[in-house]
Amino acid sequence: MCRRLLFVALFAALACHREQRAIQPTAQESGRPLPVRVSGLQPGPKQLGASAIDNPYEGNAYAISQGQQLFEKYNCSGCHFHGGGGIGPPLMDAEWIYGSSPAQIYESIAQGRPNGMPSWGGHIPEYQIWQLVTYVRAVGGFEGKVATGSRVDEMQSKRAEEPKP
Amino acid sequence: MIVAVMHIQSALDPAGPQAGRIAHLFWIFTWVCVAVYIITLLFIAVAVIRGRRNAEPDVSDAREHSLKLGVTAASVLTVLILFALLVASVATGSAIGTFGQDDPRQLEVEVTGHQWWWEIHYPDALDPSASITDANEIHIPIHTKVLLRVQTADVVHSLWIPNLHGKRDLIPGRVNKIWIEADTPGIYRAQCAEFCGLQHAHMALVVFAQKPEDFAQWKSASSQGAVTPTTPSAMRGQQVFLGAPCGKCHNIVGVDAYGTIGPDLTHLASRRTIGAGTLINNRGNLAGWISNAPAIKPGVLMPPNAMSAGELQDLMAYLETLK
Repeated sequence: MCRRLLFVALFAALACHREQRAIQPTAQESGRPLPVRVSGLQPGPKQLGASAIDNPYEGNAYAISQGQQLFEKYNCSGCHFHGGGGIGPPLMDAEWIYGSSPAQIYESIAQGRPNGMPSWGGHIPEYQIWQLVTYVRAVGGFEGKVATGSRVDEMQSKRAEEPKP
Repeated sequence: MIVAVMHIQSALDPAGPQAGRIAHLFWIFTWVCVAVYIITLLFIAVAVIRGRRNAEPDVSDAREHSLKLGVTAASVLTVLILFALLVASVATGSAIGTFGQDDPRQLEVEVTGHQWWWEIHYPDALDPSASITDANEIHIPIHTKVLLRVQTADVVHSLWIPNLHGKRDLIPGRVNKIWIEADTPGIYRAQCAEFCGLQHAHMALVVFAQKPEDFAQWKSASSQGAVTPTTPSAMRGQQVFLGAPCGKCHNIVGVDAYGTIGPDLTHLASRRTIGAGTLINNRGNLAGWISNAPAIKPGVLMPPNAMSAGELQDLMAYLETLK
C-alpha cells in the first residue's frame, strides 16, 4: 500500500512544472541583439551559418502576456491592429511573408522589413523582442493552448483556416 | 522613525476635513464599542459572583418579572445604540460624498495607475501647454478642494491617502472621482491599496500639501520644459540619453524623447523617490536603478541598461539638471 502511494506521489510530481517568469532579466539579456541568420544562403564571402537561436520563452504564458502589453505600448497595434492587420500584414492568418518561425519573427522585429516595418533592434531590449515574438506566435496560433490565454481582450486569435503545423 | 512614518501615513492623523470625518466616526465607534464591552463584562462578572454566593437559584415570579424587564431594557438599549451608530455612519458617508460639489475653488488632477507607478496629470483647459505631467507625487494647495479623477492603464488599483481620505478603486475602463482637501501643509504618503501584481507593495505616492504661494511657485516651475544642459558632462549625458533607448518609454519636454510608457522625466531631479517610492532619489540609487532596475524591483518594465562608467556618470550629470 505504502509503496503504491509513493508511486502515485512520484507520478503526480512528474506533472508539477512551474513556469519560469523572467522578472529579473539581466543586462546580457537586454543587450543589443546579434544578427540572426535564418539561412545559410548569403551573398559575398562565406559568413556565419544560420543561427540556431531558439525562443527562450516558447510556451511561456508570462512572456505572452508581457508581449501583449508591449504590443500595445510600442504601438505594434497601430499597424497590425490586434492581429487582424490593416496598414501592416495580419498576424492571425496562415500567410507569413517573412516566415513564422521564432527566429524569423525575431528578425522581422529586430531588423525591420521593407514597406514600413521599422527596425526595433537596439531600441528595445532583446528579451522584450522575444516576448513580442512569443505573443505574435500566440496570436498566430503557434503557441500551446496551455500558455495562451483563453479569453482575449480584443478579438479571437484562433486561426480558422489551417490547423497548427 | 516609526513615529514619523505613522504621522505621514495614518488614517488616525487626519490632515483634512474628509479624513477628519472618517477618523471622527472611527473614534465614535471605538469608544461606544469599548463602553458596551466593559459594561457587558461587568454584568457577567456580577452574575458569576452572585451565582456562586447563592447556591439555591431564586425562582419566584417577582424575580422572573425583574429579569424580563432587565433583558428588555438591554435589548432596547442595544437597538438604540446600533441605530445611533447607523445614523452617524450614514451622516459621515453623505458628508464625504457631497463634499466639494459646486465649490468654485477647485483643482482637478488626473491620477492614472500603472503597474507599478502613478501617473499624475494636471490638465489646463485654457492653456494646454501649461498642463503638467508628473509621476508618483501630487502637489496640492491647502484649503482648496481638489478633485482627483482616478483611472487605470492596466489592472485594478486603489488610491489610498490615509491622512486625507479613504480608498478609491481604479477600475479598468472607468474614471472614478475622489475629493480631497488638506488643512495643514505637510507630506503625506499614499499607497496602492488593491493587490495589483508582483510589485504592489512598491507602488507608493507622496502628496505634498503646500501653502498656496508655494504651490503656485511649484506649478510655474513644473509647467516649464526641461532645462538645457550647460556643463560638458551634462551635455554628453543628454547625448547618451538620446542615443540609448530611454526615449522609447520616457518623455522629456523639449528634447527628442516622447515615450509615454514610463514616467515623464522632465522634472525627474525634483522628485523625492524613484520607482514609485522604492528608492530615495539620489545619484547612487538612480545610477543603480538605470543599470539594473529589475534587480531592485523584479517584474518592472524598465530593462537593465549596460553602459560604460563614463557614460553613466555623464547621464547622471544630465538627469540631475532636470529640476
